Amino acid sequence: MSASVLDATATGMDPWRGFAGDVWRTGIAVRDFIQANYEPYAGDASFLAGPTERTAGIWAKLSAMFPAERERGIYDVDAGTPSTITSHQPGYIDKGNELIVGLQTDAPLRRAIIPNGGWRMVEGGLKAYGYAPDPAIAEIFTKYRKTHNAGVFDAYTPDILAARKSHIITGLPDAYGRGRIIGDYRRVALYGVDQLITAKQADKDACATGDMTEQTIRRREELSEQIRALAELKQMAASYGSDISGPATTGREAIQWLYFAYLAAVKEQNGAAMSLGRTSTFIDVYLQRDIAEGRLTESGAQELVDDFVIKLRIVRFLRTPEYDELFSGDPTWVTESIGGIGTDGRPLVTRTSFRYLQTLYNLGPAPEPNLTVFWSPQLPQGFKDFCAQVSIDTSAIQYESDELMRPRFGDDTAIACCVSAMAVGKQMQFFGARVNLAKTLLYAINGGRDENSGAQIGPALPPIEGEVLDYTQVAERFDTMMDWLAATYVNALNIIHFMHDKYAYERIEMALHDTDVLRTLACGIAGLSVATDSLSAIKHATVRPVRDERCLAVDYTVDGEFPTYGNNDDRADTIAVGLVESFMAKIRKHPTYRNAVHTQSVLTITSNVVYGKHTGNTPDGRRAGEPFAPGANPMNGRDKHGMVAAALSVAKLPYEHAQDGISLTTTVTPNGLGNSRAEQVRNLVGVLDGYTATDGFHMNVNVLNRATLQDAMAHPENYPQLTIRVSGYAVNFVRLTKEQQADVISRTFHGSL
Amino acid sequence: MNGAVIHRPDLGITPVGAHPAPHGELVASVHSWDVVTAADGPGTRFVTFFAGCHLRCLYCHNPDTWEGRNGQHVTVDDLVAKMLTFKAFITASGGGVTVSGGEPLLQNHFVEAYLRRCKQEGMHTALDTAGFLGARASDQLLDDTDLVLLDVKSSNPETYRKVTGVALHPTITFGDRLAARGNRMRIRFVLVPGLTDDPDNIAGIADLAARWGNTEHGGVVEQVDILGYHRLGIAKYKELGLRYPLADTVPPTAEQLAAAAAHFTDRGLRVTTA
Repeated sequence: MSASVLDATATGMDPWRGFAGDVWRTGIAVRDFIQANYEPYAGDASFLAGPTERTAGIWAKLSAMFPAERERGIYDVDAGTPSTITSHQPGYIDKGNELIVGLQTDAPLRRAIIPNGGWRMVEGGLKAYGYAPDPAIAEIFTKYRKTHNAGVFDAYTPDILAARKSHIITGLPDAYGRGRIIGDYRRVALYGVDQLITAKQADKDACATGDMTEQTIRRREELSEQIRALAELKQMAASYGSDISGPATTGREAIQWLYFAYLAAVKEQNGAAMSLGRTSTFIDVYLQRDIAEGRLTESGAQELVDDFVIKLRIVRFLRTPEYDELFSGDPTWVTESIGGIGTDGRPLVTRTSFRYLQTLYNLGPAPEPNLTVFWSPQLPQGFKDFCAQVSIDTSAIQYESDELMRPRFGDDTAIACCVSAMAVGKQMQFFGARVNLAKTLLYAINGGRDENSGAQIGPALPPIEGEVLDYTQVAERFDTMMDWLAATYVNALNIIHFMHDKYAYERIEMALHDTDVLRTLACGIAGLSVATDSLSAIKHATVRPVRDERCLAVDYTVDGEFPTYGNNDDRADTIAVGLVESFMAKIRKHPTYRNAVHTQSVLTITSNVVYGKHTGNTPDGRRAGEPFAPGANPMNGRDKHGMVAAALSVAKLPYEHAQDGISLTTTVTPNGLGNSRAEQVRNLVGVLDGYTATDGFHMNVNVLNRATLQDAMAHPENYPQLTIRVSGYAVNFVRLTKEQQADVISRTFHGSL
Repeated sequence: MNGAVIHRPDLGITPVGAHPAPHGELVASVHSWDVVTAADGPGTRFVTFFAGCHLRCLYCHNPDTWEGRNGQHVTVDDLVAKMLTFKAFITASGGGVTVSGGEPLLQNHFVEAYLRRCKQEGMHTALDTAGFLGARASDQLLDDTDLVLLDVKSSNPETYRKVTGVALHPTITFGDRLAARGNRMRIRFVLVPGLTDDPDNIAGIADLAARWGNTEHGGVVEQVDILGYHRLGIAKYKELGLRYPLADTVPPTAEQLAAAAAHFTDRGLRVTTA
């Protein structure tokens, strides 16, 4: 069915016909609208529809372009047009066949340049892929229009520059868009742009009198920018033939209006993570109304969701190879949060929650959008089973504990990026990358000197002397070194976010927030398991530093056994808990820009490799340059008692002191979950229920197929924790000989999949 | 045992130095523990591998659990305390605890006390045994066992002795006793080409299982797990300085597994193969 036919049947109808509730009619209150109107779905997945021919055709057309993009790094770029909400002519994949329209530029996979974050990122990105920067644009952004990046480096202190250079603080959003801000894109569908402008204008009028303090001036300027961005959003939609000044009248319009709003955000910002929010149950209200009115079939509803997801899958940004090294795989983190339980106890699962997951079958597995299920043991069984089934088939879902988030952030919370929870439209964060705790420990041993360069980076404390490292002394020095690190880190973040607001303000995203928002300063730590195991080694075994001619400890010999993090063993796990608590306490001591609330994450994404690369030998026996474990994971191969014991160590880390999220990545084989499909589903549901019940926060679930195991044979470094289970026998896959691995591959999959 | 490496996994439990323990408590020699899903019983389980076994199965993949002296001495209290750190997870996932080995019934008094405590904690319990020492399992122990994983390695006394080094009849006697008491069980059988794959042998095991009866028809056998022989234990033999007895044996094919399974399904039993 075409878009025009779908909408024509509703022409002239009241957009809010049949909707219940009052609170949301008089103010901007999407959550109240959802609560008053959604219909929980407690059934199973049997109602779902497959892809239509139209969907398959569009996806095939795009899929044919992906190999060239992979090969060249990017498919194409418009190097001559700095991107704004209205900068590009409308673009289509297959005009006339698309149900949901809109691209970042005038053609699919054609990337845009967004120089406000920093000219160097644009220049580096273009050169890396063989494109020449336009000299006129270069002149504008280096001579006439200052960028975020330029502002940050004007204010950085020598201390920050040194810490950045030595990689003790890495990945700071000082040269690219900070991202991790989720506009409440649903507002555009529910209210239309005009009502949003009216509300923002009222906020601006409300601060037109009194003293013009810096705070009030900034508020008035930001509101003006937000109102301007909303007008541009309308203009952009009009170029695609849609008048979005009023509310959406049909399900198709609701998705289209919402997508236009999201599209405006990704046209204006190349933030590290450009997450979508929590849209499926909101959209469900519209789709179910259309179905009830006879306008839409299940296949038609699925087709709209599929077309929307196709658009989300091709969001692209121009980035540099250095950036890709930190966050590999061209990620955009179009994170969509699905499921969870309402504060009234009703599950927020609807048929459209299923429809979103169904796209992984209709279009095949993909990393984007980053489908994130808010897990609770109270979720309906049918939904739990479907999630587990999709995980087993695609490994494409991540899970986060609704039980930990709901009491803190409410039931209209969404994840930005990977693990950052925020109340949609009411809360935003200042993204802060992360610091390297393992390197910090080495600085404590070496009196603030870098173990690689020998340069004095941290405070010049006396280095630890003596033949054997003394735990009490090392712990004390480490504590002092973390004091310095926390101070330097918060200073850097304050400068970065001051400049980002000044030179690369997220106009449209903030226009889709309440004017008064809760801000968090999202700090982070990497190398937790390395630091923990190193301290455990120093405490429980005998660790002797090996010093070089510069009097730097560059290696360590370890005599004796020591407990390691990842075995549900308190002797090691309490060290990890202590590090999380103590670094958070140190962060909290420092004032933040715009009075943001301090938080931290234990998350590395893929930067654990880079962090490891720049960190010398550590007392836990890890060799220089070896990758850290990702996120809060135990160190490679040191979790000796299986996935559950490892998960329970991670679950001990206090969410209270890491409210920006704690990440665990697990890998299992289908057979590791059971023999039959039903048993696999039941056991994965059990693992997720168990992890949630023990206060685990986040779990990436990889269920591997044969191809993945073969890849693990070729690239064992990427699969440090792959546990395989054959006939009741568990073994770390990468520790097997090649012969045995081949044996396992042939055995694990014999005829069963 | 020339050049043998005795690897003692870190239990995360402080072993007691002497046997018996200083205050006269029960002490067991434990090789290791693990938390596993989809093996050794339903759901996610806390599995304790007890050290020591009378059998010397040719295909054993855990030769490091043969000798009691390869374990570490732990008390019931300490083992229960370790198990309880997983309780919330295990309960939520519909799992339980399993005692395995080695042969757990070699340390029957300890196992009895441990299972009693696990039942008091509301855990589902499973006993993984070859049945040779079934007579050592008291009625109290079996009352506290929700599921017996009974390894029936052969139905032919000669083959059984060849595979294990011991006699078959105690296992059959134990199975009969379990059936009479109404103890639920899963039968496990390792299919080894050239050793246990004789159709008469498999049919004999299927007859035994049928005699004990499918739980769906008033019996005690909830399912039969046919485990394909695998060679993953070879490395352990090398570490221990032992000769691997089945150096030339290859794992069964999918067809061989299916043919073995048919003997059981023909008798109305539920079968899994892995």
